[in-house]
Amino acid sequence: MAQSYNIVLAGFGGQGILFAGKIIATAGLIDDREVSWLPSYGPEMRGGTANCSVCLADDPIGSPLVVTPDTLIVMNQPSLEKFIDTVADGGIIVADSTLVQDIPEREGVKVCAIPATEIAEKAGLKGLANVVCVGKLFKETGFCSEETLEAAIEKCVPASKKGMLDKNKRAIALGMEA
Amino acid sequence: MAEKVLMKGNEVLAEAALRAGCRFFFGYPITPQTELAAYMSKRMPKVGGTYLQAESEIAAINMVYGASAAGARVMTSSSSPGISLKGEGISYMAGADLPGVIVNVQRGGPGLGGIQPSQSDYWQATRATGHGDFQLMVFAPSTVQEMADCAFLAFEKADEYRMPVMILADGMLGQMMEPVVLPEPKADLPDKPWATTGHQGKREHNIVNSLYLQAADLERLNNERFERYEKIKQTEQRAELFMTDDADIVIVAFGASARIARSAVVSARENGIKAGLIRPITLWPFPTDAIEGVIPHAKALLSVEMNMGQMVDDVRLVSAGRVPVEFFGHAGGIIPTPAEVLAQIEKLNGKAGA
Repeated sequence: MAQSYNIVLAGFGGQGILFAGKIIATAGLIDDREVSWLPSYGPEMRGGTANCSVCLADDPIGSPLVVTPDTLIVMNQPSLEKFIDTVADGGIIVADSTLVQDIPEREGVKVCAIPATEIAEKAGLKGLANVVCVGKLFKETGFCSEETLEAAIEKCVPASKKGMLDKNKRAIALGMEA
Repeated sequence: MAEKVLMKGNEVLAEAALRAGCRFFFGYPITPQTELAAYMSKRMPKVGGTYLQAESEIAAINMVYGASAAGARVMTSSSSPGISLKGEGISYMAGADLPGVIVNVQRGGPGLGGIQPSQSDYWQATRATGHGDFQLMVFAPSTVQEMADCAFLAFEKADEYRMPVMILADGMLGQMMEPVVLPEPKADLPDKPWATTGHQGKREHNIVNSLYLQAADLERLNNERFERYEKIKQTEQRAELFMTDDADIVIVAFGASARIARSAVVSARENGIKAGLIRPITLWPFPTDAIEGVIPHAKALLSVEMNMGQMVDDVRLVSAGRVPVEFFGHAGGIIPTPAEVLAQIEKLNGKAGA
């Protein structure tokens, strides 16, 4: 039985937090796992923080709202402060250190700080720091196979934005190398 | 087998409705159901149907009345405050024996309340959506897949019994994505000889109406309707039973809260407590038979809801004092956690054992 993941992704509205979550959920769909994706939809979404919960499992998923994530992707400081204490022991945090500068130590939690926004911008992939973070998470956890991840990207990038497909794949690769 | 896709609950309700032959949608935007209407606005014109954003919820439900009277499969959707506005029109539909599907993606109340998920319209859906003696058939899906299945089935049952059917979802189910296999589009829709489609001089004209000024006529219609309701109560109860066969502590929970309750039951079993879950899929008719089935061996029943305690009334009516019935819930848009529900199970198990 493959490992289960209870993931929270959080950042500012507009950073593609929900899209990053959708890539991970779609990977679960392709592998025929139990999957859920739940966005926050409060008034905080305008200009404030956005977050979503993603679960990958082999048994039916109870609550799709992740309150104790084993995996956290954070792309701004307020989100880190909001969620860091909720991460389960033995969990992992992927933080975009371009935007999250103050990362406190948490015993029993692995922190992977990568300058995702800077990496993306330098590579001409502005706006794809979210996907860079997914690449890093994939490298660290192997939440699916590489083929599955590629197929998930292909499914998530809409046909009308075909030009973005290659950029998304490059962003994943950059995240894996970071 | 049809392809599994990842979709939002709200969008799945819309797509399944289209596949059930729904060709008219009238609505008015409100969080957290807006994706349903947005999806309809995109897709409905492509299948030759009519999408119309009405000037109000009241206008929308009366458009539903009109389209239904003309024999169409028709849907409206809203969230809690909007459903209150539709109440009058739904009563008129019930009084005129009109089919139609009404979706309530519930949010916290009363009043404008909030926009986070809630189940606080249970009473409204099952007791008094509007004035007069009537019932809606009420489906309570708990997964995105079931959103599809219930929406499809709702149109069938609405036509079969000539009554409005409600899908009682909530903000969590509406907003979340899960894998779903959509139903195959329905090719043949049932004949509706009662519909007001124009008689062309070939038959008596049909009348769709809820006004009956002769008391005896009105009573007769009420009696006929309640005979139908009796048949529905006997044949249309739906519930999922999870680990109830030997359960001491049986949770009763529907929709989103049933998902949390299920996790708590799994944890309780791991801790050696014989817990189980009855998940009503129809709220009206209430699955009394399923609950009756656990009364002989259950030591306690626990209704878990995202409200201040509404369905617990129906559980108590079935138990009728034979087994203690407790309630646990959160209101205002707070989703209970599995750990909280587990703590309630442990407490009840302690009481029952003592």
